[in-house]
Amino acid sequence: MFLDFVIVLIKAGVVLFALLNLAALLTWAERKQSAFMQDRIGPNRANLGNITAGGLLHIMADGIKMIAKEDFIPEGAHRVLHTLAPAAALFPALVVFAVIPFGDVLVIGEKAIPLQVANLNVGILYIFSIASLAVYGTMLAGWASNNNYSLLGGLRASSQMISYEVSMGLSILGILMIYQSAQLDVIVRAQGQLLLGFIPKWGILLQPVAFFLFLAAAMAENKRAPFDLPEGESEIIGYFVEYSSMKFGMFFLAEFVEIVIVAGLVTTLFFGGWQFPYLQADGFHWPFAAGVWHLPHLLVVLIQIATFSIKVLVWCWILLLVRWTLPRFRYDQVMRLGWKMMLPLALANLLVTAVIVLLVT
Amino acid sequence: METFLFWLFAIVGVGCGIMVVFHRNPMSSAIYLVVTMLCLAGFYALLAGPFVAVIQVLVYAGAVMVLILFVIMMLNLQEETLEREGGMVTWILAGLIGLGLVMAVVRQFPHTPAGTPEAAFGTIEEVGNKLFTVYMLPFELTSVLLLVAIIGAVILAKRRML
Amino acid sequence: MIPIPHYLTVSAILFTTGAIGVLMRRNALIMLMSLELMLNAVNLSFVAYARLHQDMGGHVFVFLSITVAAAEAAVGLAILLTIFRARATVDVDNLHLLQR
Repeated sequence: MFLDFVIVLIKAGVVLFALLNLAALLTWAERKQSAFMQDRIGPNRANLGNITAGGLLHIMADGIKMIAKEDFIPEGAHRVLHTLAPAAALFPALVVFAVIPFGDVLVIGEKAIPLQVANLNVGILYIFSIASLAVYGTMLAGWASNNNYSLLGGLRASSQMISYEVSMGLSILGILMIYQSAQLDVIVRAQGQLLLGFIPKWGILLQPVAFFLFLAAAMAENKRAPFDLPEGESEIIGYFVEYSSMKFGMFFLAEFVEIVIVAGLVTTLFFGGWQFPYLQADGFHWPFAAGVWHLPHLLVVLIQIATFSIKVLVWCWILLLVRWTLPRFRYDQVMRLGWKMMLPLALANLLVTAVIVLLVT
Repeated sequence: METFLFWLFAIVGVGCGIMVVFHRNPMSSAIYLVVTMLCLAGFYALLAGPFVAVIQVLVYAGAVMVLILFVIMMLNLQEETLEREGGMVTWILAGLIGLGLVMAVVRQFPHTPAGTPEAAFGTIEEVGNKLFTVYMLPFELTSVLLLVAIIGAVILAKRRML
Repeated sequence: MIPIPHYLTVSAILFTTGAIGVLMRRNALIMLMSLELMLNAVNLSFVAYARLHQDMGGHVFVFLSITVAAAEAAVGLAILLTIFRARATVDVDNLHLLQR
C-alpha cells in the first residue's frame, strides 16, 4: 500500500520533471527554429566564459532575468487574484499529463507498474475538465489588473478558449466510439491491433477529420498561432500586460507546457501513443505470420518509452513550425471559424462515425 | 486518507460556501463558489462517482461559473457601495434559523452502513447504460430544454429587437 | 469509509447557506450564485444516497440536474443583462414597477 503510493509519487515526479524541462527546451527550440525558417541565426550570445552552447544558455538567462526583475502589483488591482492568476494558468497545464500513458506495463520482480500516473475510468473527460479550468487563469489575469485594455484582452482570450473547447470535445467523441472506451491506456492498446492484417489501427487512419479538427481546436485552446490574438505580440494589448518577472514567466511557461500537452494528446489519441508498429510485449510480431523476434522485457519497455518521446517531440516541432508559417486570425474570424465551421463539422463527423460503427459491428 | 480528504473538502467547502453568501464583492463570491464546486467534485470522487465528479468540474466549474464571471466582468460590478442588507441582528437570527433547520433535518438521516459497491459502480459505462435505457425520456426532454434555453438566451441578450 | 450521514449533513449546511443567501442578499448576481449553491448541495445529497442504496439512478439524476442548472444559469444571466441594460442596476429592491 505504501509502496504503491511511493511508486505513484515517483512516476508523477518523473513526468513533471520531463514536462518542465521539455517546456524550457521548447522556448529555445522555438527561437532557433524561427531563426532557421527566417534565414537568420537566432539567439547565440549568452555564454558562460565564452562557451555559447548554441544558444542553450539563453534558457538559463531568461530564467534569471525573470526572477531578478521587480515584481509589482498595479495600484487598485485585486492583490490576491492578481497573484493567483498565473498559478491558475499553470496548474491545469501540468496536471493534464497525469492520465497520458507513456509506456506499457513495466514488470520489476513480481510488481507490475503501469507507466501512467493515474489510470482513471473517465480519462478523456478528465482532460477536458482540466482544460476547461484553464480559462480561469486568463480571465482572472485580465480582470485583476485594473486595466481596461487587459480586461478586454482577457475577455477575448477566454471567449476564444471556451468556444474551441466545444469543438475539441465533440471531435474526440468519434475516437471514443471507435475504441469503445474513455480510458487512455485502453485506447492506446487498441491502436496496436492490425487492420487488414498489416496496418496498425492508429486514430489518424480511422478518424482523419477528427484529427484535423482536434489539432486546430487544441491550437486555438492553447492561444498559439495562428490563434494568438489574445497575446497579439506586436499588434494588440494582451491580458498579461500588467505582469512582470516570474508571474509573466509562469504564463509563458504555461503556454509552452500546453504545447507539450497538445503534442502528447495528439500522439496518444491519433498516432498510437507508445505503440511501435508490430511491437508487442514480448517482441516484434511481423505481419502475415512472418515470424516473431523475441526481445527482453526491459528493452521492449525502453523502445516504447522512446517511441512515445520521439512522437511527442516531432509533434512539438510541428506545432512550433505552424506558428511561424501562418498569419494570425482576426477575432471575428476566430469566432466564426469555431462556431460556424468547426462545430458543424465535428457534429457531422460524429454522425458519420456513429453510422459506420453501427453498420460494421 | 479518506477521512483526511473528507474533512479537508468539508471544511474548505462549507467555509467557502459561507463566504459566497457573506462577501460584498461579487467577483470574490464567484471565486469562492468555484472553490466550493471543486470541493464538491472531490466529494463525488470519494463517493465512488468519478463520472459525476468530472462532469461537475467540466460543466459547473468550467462553464457555468465562467459564464457568471463573464457577466460580472462585463457589467463591471464593483464592491457593494450600498449598506448591508439588515443589521448584524438580522444575520445572526438568519444563521440561528438556518442552524435550527439543519438540526431538524439531521435527525432524519438513515444510519445504515453503506455496503461496498461493485467495481463498475459510477463508471461511464454504468451511467450510459441507465441513461439510454431507463431514463431515456428525461434525457430527450433535457435536450429540448437546452435548445429552448439557448434560443431564449440568444434572444434576450441581443441588443435590438429580433 | 465515512458514514453517509456526514455527507448529508454537509449537504444540509450548504443548502441552508444558499437559502439564506437567496433570501437575504439584494444583489441579483449573488442571489443567482446562492441558487447554484443550493442546487449543488442537492446534487451531493443525491450522490450520497446513490452510494447508500447502490442505485445508479442518483448519478443519472445528478447529470440531468447539472444540465438543467446550466441552462437555467444561462437564461437567468441573459435576463439579468437585459435588466441591467434597462435600469443600470442589479439591485432587486429597485425592481418594483409591477407594484401599485
